Amino acid sequence: MHPYLKLDHIGKSFNRGAAKTEVLKDISLLIDQGEFVSIIGHSGCGKSTLLNIVAGLTPVSEGAVLLENREVNEPGPDRAVVFQNHSLLPWLTVYDNVRLAVDKVFGRTRSRAERDAWTMHNLDLVQMGHAKDKRPAEISGGMKQRVGIARALAMEPKVLLLDEPFGALDALTRAHLQDSVMAIHQKLGNTVLMITHDVDEAVLLSDRIVMMTNGPAARIGEILTVPLARPRRRLELAANQTYLKSRQRVLEFLYERHRFVEAA
Amino acid sequence: MNMPAVKADTTTAIPVQGGDVLHMAAPRRPSFVTRVAPMLQSAAAVIIPPLVMIVLLLAVWEVLCMKPGATLPAPSKIWTEAHDLIVDPFFVAGPQDIGLGWRVLISLQRVAIGYGFAAVIGIALGTIIGQSVWAMRGLDPIFQVLRTISPLAWLPISLAAFRDSQPSAIFVIFITSVWPIIINTAVGIRNIPQDYRNVARVLRLNHLEFFWQIMIPSAAPYIFTGLRIGIGLSWLAIVAAEMLTGGVGIGFFIWDAWNSSRLSDIVVALVYIGLVGFVLDRLVALLATVVTRGTSAN
Repeated sequence: MHPYLKLDHIGKSFNRGAAKTEVLKDISLLIDQGEFVSIIGHSGCGKSTLLNIVAGLTPVSEGAVLLENREVNEPGPDRAVVFQNHSLLPWLTVYDNVRLAVDKVFGRTRSRAERDAWTMHNLDLVQMGHAKDKRPAEISGGMKQRVGIARALAMEPKVLLLDEPFGALDALTRAHLQDSVMAIHQKLGNTVLMITHDVDEAVLLSDRIVMMTNGPAARIGEILTVPLARPRRRLELAANQTYLKSRQRVLEFLYERHRFVEAA
Repeated sequence: MNMPAVKADTTTAIPVQGGDVLHMAAPRRPSFVTRVAPMLQSAAAVIIPPLVMIVLLLAVWEVLCMKPGATLPAPSKIWTEAHDLIVDPFFVAGPQDIGLGWRVLISLQRVAIGYGFAAVIGIALGTIIGQSVWAMRGLDPIFQVLRTISPLAWLPISLAAFRDSQPSAIFVIFITSVWPIIINTAVGIRNIPQDYRNVARVLRLNHLEFFWQIMIPSAAPYIFTGLRIGIGLSWLAIVAAEMLTGGVGIGFFIWDAWNSSRLSDIVVALVYIGLVGFVLDRLVALLATVVTRGTSAN
Protein backbone atom coordinates (compact mmCIF):
# COMPACT_ATOMS: atom_id res chain seq x y z
CA MET A 1 0.00 0.00 0.00
CA HIS A 2 1.50 3.28 -1.14
CA PRO A 3 0.53 6.67 0.21
CA TYR A 4 -1.63 8.76 -2.13
CA LEU A 5 0.57 11.84 -2.22
CA LYS A 6 4.19 11.59 -1.15
CA LEU A 7 6.65 14.43 -0.71
CA ASP A 8 10.00 12.66 -0.71
CA HIS A 9 12.93 14.58 0.81
CA ILE A 10 12.14 17.80 -1.03
CA GLY A 11 14.71 20.55 -1.03
CA LYS A 12 14.60 23.85 -2.86
CA SER A 13 17.26 26.44 -3.31
CA PHE A 14 17.40 29.48 -5.54
CA ASN A 15 20.63 30.47 -7.22
CA ARG A 16 21.24 34.09 -7.91
CA GLY A 17 24.67 34.32 -9.44
CA ALA A 18 27.11 32.77 -7.00
CA ALA A 19 24.79 33.25 -4.03
CA LYS A 20 22.67 30.25 -3.17
CA THR A 21 19.60 30.62 -0.97
CA GLU A 22 18.23 27.47 0.53
CA VAL A 23 14.49 27.84 1.05
CA LEU A 24 13.26 24.35 1.89
CA LYS A 25 15.27 21.47 3.29
CA ASP A 26 14.45 17.80 3.50
CA ILE A 27 10.65 18.01 3.50
CA SER A 28 9.04 14.57 3.69
CA LEU A 29 5.31 14.09 4.06
CA LEU A 30 2.83 11.34 3.33
CA ILE A 31 -0.79 12.24 2.67
CA ASP A 32 -3.61 9.71 2.41
CA GLN A 33 -6.50 9.88 0.00
CA GLY A 34 -9.28 12.08 1.34
CA GLU A 35 -7.08 13.68 3.96
CA PHE A 36 -7.19 17.41 4.67
CA VAL A 37 -3.68 18.63 5.51
CA SER A 38 -2.74 22.20 6.35
CA ILE A 39 0.73 23.69 6.21
CA ILE A 40 1.22 26.54 8.64
CA GLY A 41 4.20 28.76 9.26
CA HIS A 42 5.31 32.36 9.44
CA SER A 43 5.38 34.37 6.24
CA GLY A 44 8.53 33.83 4.24
CA CYS A 45 9.08 30.28 5.52
CA GLY A 46 8.62 28.84 2.05
CA LYS A 47 5.22 27.27 2.48
CA SER A 48 3.94 28.81 -0.75
CA THR A 49 7.06 27.53 -2.50
CA LEU A 50 6.24 24.06 -1.19
CA LEU A 51 2.70 24.29 -2.56
CA ASN A 52 4.02 25.49 -5.92
CA ILE A 53 6.37 22.50 -5.97
CA VAL A 54 3.46 20.11 -5.41
CA ALA A 55 1.50 21.98 -8.10
CA GLY A 56 4.46 21.57 -10.44
CA LEU A 57 4.76 25.32 -10.99
CA THR A 58 8.19 25.39 -9.33
CA PRO A 59 10.76 22.67 -10.02
CA VAL A 60 12.39 20.92 -7.04
CA SER A 61 16.11 21.10 -6.40
CA GLU A 62 16.23 17.79 -4.55
CA GLY A 63 13.77 15.02 -3.90
CA ALA A 64 10.49 14.36 -5.66
CA VAL A 65 6.71 14.64 -5.46
CA LEU A 66 4.86 11.37 -6.07
CA LEU A 67 1.13 11.19 -6.72
CA GLU A 68 -0.23 7.64 -6.74
CA ASN A 69 3.38 6.49 -6.85
CA ARG A 70 4.13 8.41 -10.03
CA GLU A 71 6.52 11.34 -10.05
CA VAL A 72 4.95 14.69 -10.98
CA ASN A 73 7.19 17.54 -12.06
CA GLU A 74 4.96 19.73 -14.20
CA PRO A 75 1.60 21.39 -13.58
CA GLY A 76 -1.60 19.62 -14.48
CA PRO A 77 -5.32 19.56 -13.74
CA ASP A 78 -4.90 16.54 -11.44
CA ARG A 79 -3.46 19.01 -8.91
CA ALA A 80 -5.82 21.97 -9.21
CA VAL A 81 -4.74 25.14 -7.44
CA VAL A 82 -6.96 27.74 -5.78
CA PHE A 83 -4.73 30.79 -5.86
CA GLN A 84 -4.58 33.32 -3.08
CA ASN A 85 -5.77 36.17 -5.29
CA HIS A 86 -8.38 34.05 -7.12
CA SER A 87 -6.65 34.50 -10.52
CA LEU A 88 -9.89 34.57 -12.45
CA LEU A 89 -9.56 35.83 -16.01
CA PRO A 90 -11.26 39.24 -15.88
CA TRP A 91 -12.40 39.20 -19.51
CA LEU A 92 -14.42 36.02 -19.03
CA THR A 93 -17.70 35.68 -17.17
CA VAL A 94 -17.92 33.56 -14.03
CA TYR A 95 -19.40 30.75 -16.10
CA ASP A 96 -16.74 31.01 -18.81
CA ASN A 97 -13.92 30.96 -16.26
CA VAL A 98 -15.12 27.59 -14.99
CA ARG A 99 -16.12 26.41 -18.46
CA LEU A 100 -12.59 27.06 -19.74
CA ALA A 101 -11.26 24.55 -17.22
CA VAL A 102 -14.08 22.07 -17.90
CA ASP A 103 -13.56 22.26 -21.67
CA LYS A 104 -9.84 21.78 -21.27
CA VAL A 105 -10.08 18.77 -18.96
CA PHE A 106 -13.19 17.06 -20.35
CA GLY A 107 -13.27 18.42 -23.92
CA ARG A 108 -12.66 14.98 -25.43
CA THR A 109 -14.56 12.76 -23.00
CA ARG A 110 -17.83 14.62 -22.42
CA SER A 111 -20.47 16.12 -24.70
CA ARG A 112 -21.18 19.83 -24.87
CA ALA A 113 -24.36 19.44 -22.81
CA GLU A 114 -22.56 17.39 -20.17
CA ARG A 115 -19.82 19.98 -19.88
CA ASP A 116 -22.41 22.74 -19.50
CA ALA A 117 -24.20 20.76 -16.80
CA TRP A 118 -20.91 20.02 -15.01
CA THR A 119 -19.95 23.70 -15.08
CA MET A 120 -23.27 24.70 -13.56
CA HIS A 121 -23.08 21.84 -11.05
CA ASN A 122 -19.77 23.16 -9.71
CA LEU A 123 -20.97 26.75 -9.64
CA ASP A 124 -24.02 25.63 -7.67
CA LEU A 125 -21.78 23.67 -5.33
CA VAL A 126 -20.14 26.94 -4.23
CA GLN A 127 -23.48 28.77 -4.40
CA MET A 128 -22.44 30.93 -7.34
CA GLY A 129 -24.89 29.66 -9.97
CA HIS A 130 -26.90 32.87 -9.69
CA ALA A 131 -23.92 35.01 -10.79
CA LYS A 132 -22.86 32.94 -13.77
CA ASP A 133 -23.11 35.80 -16.26
CA LYS A 134 -21.24 38.33 -14.12
CA ARG A 135 -17.64 39.28 -14.70
CA PRO A 136 -15.08 38.97 -11.90
CA ALA A 137 -14.92 42.75 -11.50
CA GLU A 138 -18.63 42.80 -10.69
CA ILE A 139 -18.57 40.36 -7.76
CA SER A 140 -17.08 40.58 -4.26
CA GLY A 141 -13.76 39.12 -3.15
CA GLY A 142 -15.39 36.21 -1.36
CA MET A 143 -17.48 35.40 -4.44
CA LYS A 144 -14.38 35.48 -6.65
CA GLN A 145 -12.71 33.00 -4.35
CA ARG A 146 -15.81 30.77 -4.51
CA VAL A 147 -15.57 30.79 -8.30
CA GLY A 148 -11.85 29.98 -8.00
CA ILE A 149 -12.78 26.97 -5.86
CA ALA A 150 -15.46 25.95 -8.36
CA ARG A 151 -12.93 26.15 -11.18
CA ALA A 152 -10.51 23.93 -9.26
CA LEU A 153 -13.20 21.41 -8.27
CA ALA A 154 -14.51 21.27 -11.83
CA MET A 155 -11.19 19.74 -12.94
CA GLU A 156 -11.93 16.73 -10.69
CA PRO A 157 -8.44 16.96 -9.26
CA LYS A 158 -6.78 14.14 -7.36
CA VAL A 159 -5.40 16.73 -4.97
CA LEU A 160 -6.87 20.15 -4.32
CA LEU A 161 -4.19 22.72 -3.50
CA LEU A 162 -5.32 25.82 -1.60
CA ASP A 163 -2.78 28.65 -1.41
CA GLU A 164 -3.94 30.83 1.49
CA PRO A 165 -7.36 30.87 -0.15
CA PHE A 166 -9.04 33.03 2.46
CA GLY A 167 -6.13 35.32 3.32
CA ALA A 168 -7.45 38.36 1.48
CA LEU A 169 -11.00 38.12 2.86
CA ASP A 170 -12.68 39.74 5.84
CA ALA A 171 -13.35 37.57 8.90
CA LEU A 172 -17.06 36.95 8.27
CA THR A 173 -16.64 36.04 4.62
CA ARG A 174 -13.72 33.85 5.58
CA ALA A 175 -15.86 31.92 8.08
CA HIS A 176 -18.55 31.41 5.45
CA LEU A 177 -16.05 30.09 2.94
CA GLN A 178 -14.40 27.83 5.50
CA ASP A 179 -17.79 26.28 6.20
CA SER A 180 -18.35 25.85 2.47
CA VAL A 181 -14.97 24.16 2.02
CA MET A 182 -15.69 21.84 4.96
CA ALA A 183 -19.08 20.93 3.49
CA ILE A 184 -17.57 20.26 0.07
CA HIS A 185 -14.75 18.18 1.56
CA GLN A 186 -17.34 16.22 3.54
CA LYS A 187 -19.40 15.63 0.43
CA LEU A 188 -16.73 14.86 -2.16
CA GLY A 189 -13.94 13.48 0.02
CA ASN A 190 -11.19 15.38 -1.80
CA THR A 191 -7.57 15.17 -0.79
CA VAL A 192 -6.68 18.72 0.18
CA LEU A 193 -3.37 20.45 0.87
CA MET A 194 -3.89 23.96 2.23
CA ILE A 195 -1.41 26.71 3.00
CA THR A 196 -2.49 29.03 5.80
CA HIS A 197 -1.17 31.33 8.48
CA ASP A 198 -4.40 31.30 10.45
CA VAL A 199 -4.26 28.95 13.46
CA ASP A 200 -8.04 28.69 13.92
CA GLU A 201 -8.53 27.95 10.27
CA ALA A 202 -5.90 25.21 10.35
CA VAL A 203 -7.38 23.50 13.42
CA LEU A 204 -10.97 23.83 12.22
CA LEU A 205 -10.40 22.40 8.75
CA SER A 206 -7.51 19.96 8.98
CA ASP A 207 -6.99 16.32 9.82
CA ARG A 208 -3.32 17.08 10.26
CA ILE A 209 -1.40 20.32 10.63
CA VAL A 210 2.15 20.52 9.32
CA MET A 211 4.10 23.22 11.16
CA MET A 212 7.09 24.70 9.36
CA THR A 213 10.16 26.18 11.01
CA ASN A 214 11.34 29.60 9.96
CA GLY A 215 13.48 29.95 6.87
CA PRO A 216 16.02 29.98 5.40
CA ALA A 217 16.21 26.23 4.90
CA ALA A 218 12.79 25.71 6.45
CA ARG A 219 11.86 22.18 7.43
CA ILE A 220 8.89 20.45 8.99
CA GLY A 221 9.04 21.23 12.69
CA GLU A 222 6.12 19.21 13.93
CA ILE A 223 3.02 17.46 12.62
CA LEU A 224 -0.12 17.64 14.72
CA THR A 225 -3.07 15.34 14.23
CA VAL A 226 -6.40 16.98 15.02
CA PRO A 227 -8.58 14.21 16.45
CA LEU A 228 -11.90 16.00 16.03
CA ALA A 229 -14.85 14.15 14.57
CA ARG A 230 -16.48 15.44 11.42
CA PRO A 231 -18.71 17.20 10.63
CA ARG A 232 -17.22 19.94 12.76
CA ARG A 233 -19.32 22.86 13.88
CA ARG A 234 -17.64 26.17 14.50
CA LEU A 235 -19.84 27.17 17.43
CA GLU A 236 -19.63 23.85 19.27
CA LEU A 237 -15.85 23.69 18.90
CA ALA A 238 -15.31 27.04 20.60
CA ALA A 239 -15.50 25.31 23.99
CA ASN A 240 -14.23 21.88 22.92
CA GLN A 241 -11.18 20.76 24.93
CA THR A 242 -9.57 18.86 22.05
CA TYR A 243 -9.96 21.87 19.80
CA LEU A 244 -8.51 24.22 22.37
CA LYS A 245 -5.57 21.91 23.07
CA SER A 246 -4.77 21.55 19.38
CA ARG A 247 -4.97 25.29 18.98
CA GLN A 248 -2.69 25.73 21.98
CA ARG A 249 -0.11 23.34 20.51
CA VAL A 250 0.06 25.24 17.22
CA LEU A 251 0.24 28.61 18.95
CA GLU A 252 3.06 27.40 21.19
CA PHE A 253 4.97 26.13 18.21
CA LEU A 254 4.57 29.36 16.25
CA TYR A 255 4.99 31.94 18.98
CA GLU A 256 7.32 30.31 21.54
CA ARG A 257 9.59 27.84 19.89
CA HIS A 258 9.76 29.34 16.45
CA ARG A 259 8.99 32.95 16.96
CA PHE A 260 9.21 34.99 13.81
CA VAL A 261 12.25 37.22 13.95
CA GLU A 262 11.89 40.32 11.84
CA ALA A 263 14.77 40.67 9.45
CA ALA A 264 16.81 43.69 10.43
CA MET B 1 -24.31 28.15 9.38
CA ASN B 2 -25.75 26.04 12.08
CA MET B 3 -28.41 28.16 13.69
CA PRO B 4 -31.43 26.29 15.09
CA ALA B 5 -34.58 27.28 13.27
CA VAL B 6 -36.82 29.39 15.51
CA LYS B 7 -40.46 28.45 15.37
CA ALA B 8 -42.68 31.40 14.67
CA ASP B 9 -45.75 30.33 16.66
CA THR B 10 -45.01 32.41 19.76
CA THR B 11 -46.27 35.62 18.21
CA THR B 12 -49.79 36.32 17.06
CA ALA B 13 -51.06 39.19 15.02
CA ILE B 14 -53.17 41.66 17.03
CA PRO B 15 -55.84 43.50 15.05
CA VAL B 16 -55.48 47.25 15.39
CA GLN B 17 -58.65 49.20 16.13
CA GLY B 18 -59.58 52.15 14.02
CA GLY B 19 -56.61 52.13 11.71
CA ASP B 20 -56.95 54.66 8.93
CA VAL B 21 -56.34 53.52 5.44
CA LEU B 22 -54.26 56.02 3.56
CA HIS B 23 -55.18 56.43 -0.08
CA MET B 24 -52.25 57.38 -2.21
CA ALA B 25 -52.48 58.82 -5.67
CA ALA B 26 -51.12 56.54 -8.37
CA PRO B 27 -47.70 57.79 -9.40
CA ARG B 28 -48.05 59.76 -12.60
CA ARG B 29 -45.70 59.14 -15.48
CA PRO B 30 -43.03 61.84 -15.40
CA SER B 31 -43.97 64.52 -17.87
CA PHE B 32 -42.09 65.00 -21.12
CA VAL B 33 -40.33 68.08 -19.82
CA THR B 34 -39.01 66.44 -16.63
CA ARG B 35 -37.62 63.51 -18.60
CA VAL B 36 -36.00 65.45 -21.42
CA ALA B 37 -34.74 68.46 -19.49
CA PRO B 38 -31.82 66.69 -17.73
CA MET B 39 -30.71 65.15 -21.03
CA LEU B 40 -30.76 68.51 -22.72
CA GLN B 41 -28.92 70.01 -19.79
CA SER B 42 -26.05 67.51 -19.94
CA ALA B 43 -25.88 67.80 -23.72
CA ALA B 44 -25.70 71.56 -23.43
CA ALA B 45 -22.87 71.27 -20.89
CA VAL B 46 -20.85 69.35 -23.45
CA ILE B 47 -21.70 71.35 -26.55
CA ILE B 48 -21.95 74.97 -25.42
CA PRO B 49 -18.42 75.58 -24.01
CA PRO B 50 -16.59 74.50 -27.21
CA LEU B 51 -19.10 76.45 -29.33
CA VAL B 52 -18.45 79.61 -27.31
CA MET B 53 -14.70 79.13 -27.64
CA ILE B 54 -14.95 78.58 -31.40
CA VAL B 55 -16.99 81.76 -31.84
CA LEU B 56 -14.49 83.69 -29.70
CA LEU B 57 -11.48 82.37 -31.64
CA LEU B 58 -13.16 83.14 -34.97
CA ALA B 59 -13.88 86.67 -33.76
CA VAL B 60 -10.25 87.23 -32.73
CA TRP B 61 -9.07 85.81 -36.04
CA GLU B 62 -11.49 88.06 -37.95
CA VAL B 63 -10.25 91.13 -36.11
CA LEU B 64 -6.59 90.25 -36.61
CA CYS B 65 -6.96 89.67 -40.36
CA MET B 66 -9.38 92.54 -41.02
CA LYS B 67 -6.93 95.25 -41.98
CA PRO B 68 -6.10 95.57 -45.68
CA GLY B 69 -2.87 93.80 -46.66
CA ALA B 70 -3.26 91.01 -44.14
CA THR B 71 -1.25 87.96 -45.27
CA LEU B 72 -3.83 85.39 -44.18
CA PRO B 73 -7.55 85.35 -45.06
CA ALA B 74 -10.13 86.21 -42.40
CA PRO B 75 -12.98 83.74 -41.72
CA SER B 76 -15.48 85.86 -43.62
CA LYS B 77 -13.21 85.91 -46.66
CA ILE B 78 -12.74 82.12 -46.45
CA TRP B 79 -16.50 81.67 -46.34
CA THR B 80 -17.03 83.65 -49.55
CA GLU B 81 -13.99 82.28 -51.43
CA ALA B 82 -14.29 78.59 -50.52
CA HIS B 83 -18.07 78.44 -50.23
CA ASP B 84 -18.53 75.44 -52.53
CA LEU B 85 -15.84 73.43 -50.68
CA ILE B 86 -17.47 74.05 -47.32
CA VAL B 87 -21.12 73.40 -48.13
CA ASP B 88 -20.75 70.43 -50.49
CA PRO B 89 -18.00 67.93 -49.66
CA PHE B 90 -19.07 65.50 -52.38
CA PHE B 91 -19.36 67.47 -55.63
CA VAL B 92 -17.74 66.22 -58.82
CA ALA B 93 -17.03 68.95 -61.37
CA GLY B 94 -14.18 67.32 -63.28
CA PRO B 95 -11.38 64.76 -62.87
CA GLN B 96 -9.26 67.13 -60.73
CA ASP B 97 -12.09 69.28 -59.38
CA ILE B 98 -13.85 67.17 -56.75
CA GLY B 99 -15.21 67.85 -53.27
CA LEU B 100 -12.98 67.54 -50.20
CA GLY B 101 -15.04 64.61 -48.96
CA TRP B 102 -13.89 62.55 -51.95
CA ARG B 103 -10.29 63.56 -51.40
CA VAL B 104 -10.46 62.60 -47.75
CA LEU B 105 -11.92 59.23 -48.71
CA ILE B 106 -9.04 58.58 -51.11
CA SER B 107 -6.52 59.45 -48.38
CA LEU B 108 -8.42 57.28 -45.92
CA GLN B 109 -8.23 54.37 -48.33
CA ARG B 110 -4.42 54.61 -48.39
CA VAL B 111 -4.36 54.93 -44.61
CA ALA B 112 -6.60 51.88 -44.30
CA ILE B 113 -4.22 49.72 -46.34
CA GLY B 114 -1.00 50.97 -44.73
CA TYR B 115 -2.42 50.99 -41.22
CA GLY B 116 -4.04 47.60 -41.73
CA PHE B 117 -0.64 46.10 -42.59
CA ALA B 118 0.94 47.92 -39.67
CA ALA B 119 -1.68 46.59 -37.26
CA VAL B 120 -1.38 42.95 -38.37
CA ILE B 121 2.42 42.90 -38.66
CA GLY B 122 2.90 45.10 -35.58
CA ILE B 123 0.80 42.87 -33.34
CA ALA B 124 2.42 39.71 -34.72
CA LEU B 125 5.97 41.04 -34.28
CA GLY B 126 5.16 42.53 -30.90
CA THR B 127 3.80 39.20 -29.72
CA ILE B 128 6.97 37.39 -30.72
CA ILE B 129 9.24 40.03 -29.24
CA GLY B 130 7.26 40.24 -26.01
CA GLN B 131 7.71 36.53 -25.41
CA SER B 132 11.46 36.44 -25.84
CA VAL B 133 13.77 38.31 -23.53
CA TRP B 134 16.59 38.12 -26.07
CA ALA B 135 14.50 39.37 -28.98
CA MET B 136 13.41 42.25 -26.75
CA ARG B 137 16.97 43.12 -25.76
CA GLY B 138 18.19 42.87 -29.33
CA LEU B 139 15.40 44.62 -31.17
CA ASP B 140 14.08 47.20 -28.74
CA PRO B 141 17.01 49.67 -29.13
CA ILE B 142 16.75 49.37 -32.92
CA PHE B 143 13.01 50.07 -32.84
CA GLN B 144 13.50 52.98 -30.46
CA VAL B 145 15.87 54.58 -32.99
CA LEU B 146 13.78 53.75 -36.05
CA ARG B 147 10.56 55.09 -34.62
CA THR B 148 11.98 58.59 -34.26
CA ILE B 149 12.59 58.89 -38.02
CA SER B 150 10.18 61.32 -39.64
CA PRO B 151 7.66 59.82 -42.09
CA LEU B 152 8.95 62.04 -44.87
CA ALA B 153 12.50 60.81 -44.44
CA TRP B 154 11.28 57.34 -45.44
CA LEU B 155 9.69 58.62 -48.63
CA PRO B 156 12.76 58.81 -50.92
CA ILE B 157 13.81 55.31 -49.86
CA SER B 158 10.37 53.90 -50.54
CA LEU B 159 10.06 55.75 -53.87
CA ALA B 160 13.38 54.24 -54.90
CA ALA B 161 12.23 50.80 -53.82
CA PHE B 162 8.70 50.81 -55.27
CA ARG B 163 9.17 53.25 -58.21
CA ASP B 164 5.54 54.31 -57.88
CA SER B 165 3.84 56.91 -55.72
CA GLN B 166 0.85 54.85 -54.58
CA PRO B 167 2.71 51.98 -52.85
CA SER B 168 5.29 54.45 -51.56
CA ALA B 169 2.64 56.49 -49.76
CA ILE B 170 1.18 53.31 -48.28
CA PHE B 171 4.64 52.16 -47.20
CA VAL B 172 5.25 55.47 -45.45
CA ILE B 173 1.97 55.03 -43.53
CA PHE B 174 3.00 51.52 -42.61
CA ILE B 175 6.51 52.36 -41.45
CA THR B 176 5.31 55.34 -39.42
CA SER B 177 2.54 53.60 -37.53
CA VAL B 178 4.06 50.14 -37.04
CA TRP B 179 6.56 51.04 -34.26
CA PRO B 180 4.18 52.09 -31.49
CA ILE B 181 2.06 49.02 -32.27
CA ILE B 182 5.06 46.67 -32.00
CA ILE B 183 6.44 48.27 -28.86
CA ASN B 184 3.13 48.48 -27.01
CA THR B 185 2.14 44.94 -27.94
CA ALA B 186 5.50 43.64 -26.74
CA VAL B 187 5.15 45.46 -23.43
CA GLY B 188 1.59 44.13 -23.06
CA ILE B 189 2.72 40.56 -23.67
CA ARG B 190 5.60 40.93 -21.22
CA ASN B 191 3.23 42.28 -18.57
CA ILE B 192 0.84 39.32 -18.58
CA PRO B 193 0.43 38.63 -14.85
CA GLN B 194 2.17 35.51 -13.59
CA ASP B 195 -1.20 34.42 -12.13
CA TYR B 196 -2.69 34.06 -15.60
CA ARG B 197 0.37 32.14 -16.76
CA ASN B 198 0.00 29.82 -13.76
CA VAL B 199 -3.67 29.24 -14.55
CA ALA B 200 -2.70 28.39 -18.13
CA ARG B 201 -0.03 25.97 -16.91
CA VAL B 202 -2.34 24.19 -14.46
CA LEU B 203 -4.93 23.85 -17.24
CA ARG B 204 -2.19 22.77 -19.66
CA LEU B 205 -3.29 25.20 -22.37
CA ASN B 206 -1.32 24.67 -25.58
CA HIS B 207 0.41 27.53 -27.37
CA LEU B 208 -2.54 28.38 -29.59
CA GLU B 209 -5.04 28.30 -26.70
CA PHE B 210 -2.69 30.38 -24.57
CA PHE B 211 -2.41 32.92 -27.37
CA TRP B 212 -6.17 33.34 -27.85
CA GLN B 213 -7.43 32.75 -24.31
CA ILE B 214 -4.78 34.53 -22.23
CA MET B 215 -2.27 36.51 -24.23
CA ILE B 216 -4.46 38.58 -26.56
CA PRO B 217 -7.16 39.48 -23.99
CA SER B 218 -4.58 40.27 -21.33
CA ALA B 219 -2.45 42.45 -23.62
CA ALA B 220 -5.46 44.05 -25.34
CA PRO B 221 -5.34 47.37 -23.42
CA TYR B 222 -1.66 47.80 -24.36
CA ILE B 223 -2.27 46.75 -27.95
CA PHE B 224 -5.04 49.31 -28.31
CA THR B 225 -2.83 52.04 -26.89
CA GLY B 226 -0.37 51.23 -29.65
CA LEU B 227 -3.12 51.12 -32.26
CA ARG B 228 -4.42 54.50 -31.16
CA ILE B 229 -1.00 56.14 -31.36
CA GLY B 230 -0.53 54.41 -34.71
CA ILE B 231 -3.73 55.74 -36.29
CA GLY B 232 -2.80 59.27 -35.25
CA LEU B 233 0.66 58.93 -36.77
CA SER B 234 -0.69 57.47 -40.03
CA TRP B 235 -3.03 60.39 -40.48
CA LEU B 236 -0.12 62.76 -39.88
CA ALA B 237 2.02 60.85 -42.36
CA ILE B 238 -0.49 60.55 -45.21
CA VAL B 239 -0.95 64.31 -45.55
CA ALA B 240 2.81 64.86 -45.70
CA ALA B 241 3.37 61.96 -48.09
CA GLU B 242 0.62 63.06 -50.46
CA MET B 243 2.01 66.58 -50.64
CA LEU B 244 5.12 65.09 -52.20
CA THR B 245 3.75 62.17 -54.20
CA GLY B 246 0.78 63.92 -55.83
CA GLY B 247 -2.46 62.21 -56.79
CA VAL B 248 -5.87 63.19 -55.58
CA GLY B 249 -5.62 62.92 -51.76
CA ILE B 250 -6.23 65.69 -49.27
CA GLY B 251 -2.47 66.28 -48.87
CA PHE B 252 -1.97 66.92 -52.54
CA PHE B 253 -4.97 69.25 -52.53
CA ILE B 254 -3.19 71.48 -50.00
CA TRP B 255 -0.01 71.51 -52.05
CA ASP B 256 -2.00 72.27 -55.19
CA ALA B 257 -3.90 75.07 -53.47
CA TRP B 258 -0.64 76.56 -52.23
CA ASN B 259 0.80 76.55 -55.75
CA SER B 260 -2.21 78.42 -57.03
CA SER B 261 -2.36 80.71 -53.99
CA ARG B 262 -5.80 79.57 -52.80
CA LEU B 263 -5.16 80.15 -49.11
CA SER B 264 -8.85 79.92 -48.19
CA ASP B 265 -9.03 76.40 -49.64
CA ILE B 266 -6.03 75.37 -47.56
CA VAL B 267 -7.70 76.54 -44.35
CA VAL B 268 -10.85 74.56 -45.21
CA ALA B 269 -8.70 71.47 -45.92
CA LEU B 270 -6.95 71.87 -42.56
CA VAL B 271 -10.31 71.83 -40.80
CA TYR B 272 -11.23 68.64 -42.69
CA ILE B 273 -7.94 66.97 -41.74
CA GLY B 274 -8.36 67.90 -38.11
CA LEU B 275 -11.93 66.63 -37.92
CA VAL B 276 -11.14 63.35 -39.69
CA GLY B 277 -8.12 62.75 -37.45
CA PHE B 278 -10.31 63.37 -34.42
CA VAL B 279 -12.93 60.92 -35.67
CA LEU B 280 -10.29 58.25 -36.44
CA ASP B 281 -8.84 58.56 -32.93
CA ARG B 282 -12.30 58.29 -31.39
CA LEU B 283 -13.17 55.26 -33.52
CA VAL B 284 -10.12 53.32 -32.32
CA ALA B 285 -10.81 54.41 -28.73
CA LEU B 286 -14.41 53.22 -29.07
CA LEU B 287 -13.27 49.89 -30.49
CA ALA B 288 -10.85 49.58 -27.57
CA THR B 289 -13.55 50.10 -24.95
CA VAL B 290 -15.79 47.55 -26.67
CA VAL B 291 -13.10 44.91 -27.08
CA THR B 292 -11.31 45.32 -23.76
CA ARG B 293 -14.55 45.48 -21.77
CA GLY B 294 -13.75 43.98 -18.38
CA THR B 295 -10.07 43.43 -19.10
CA SER B 296 -8.68 46.56 -17.55
CA ALA B 297 -11.29 46.60 -14.78
CA ASN B 298 -9.60 44.31 -12.32
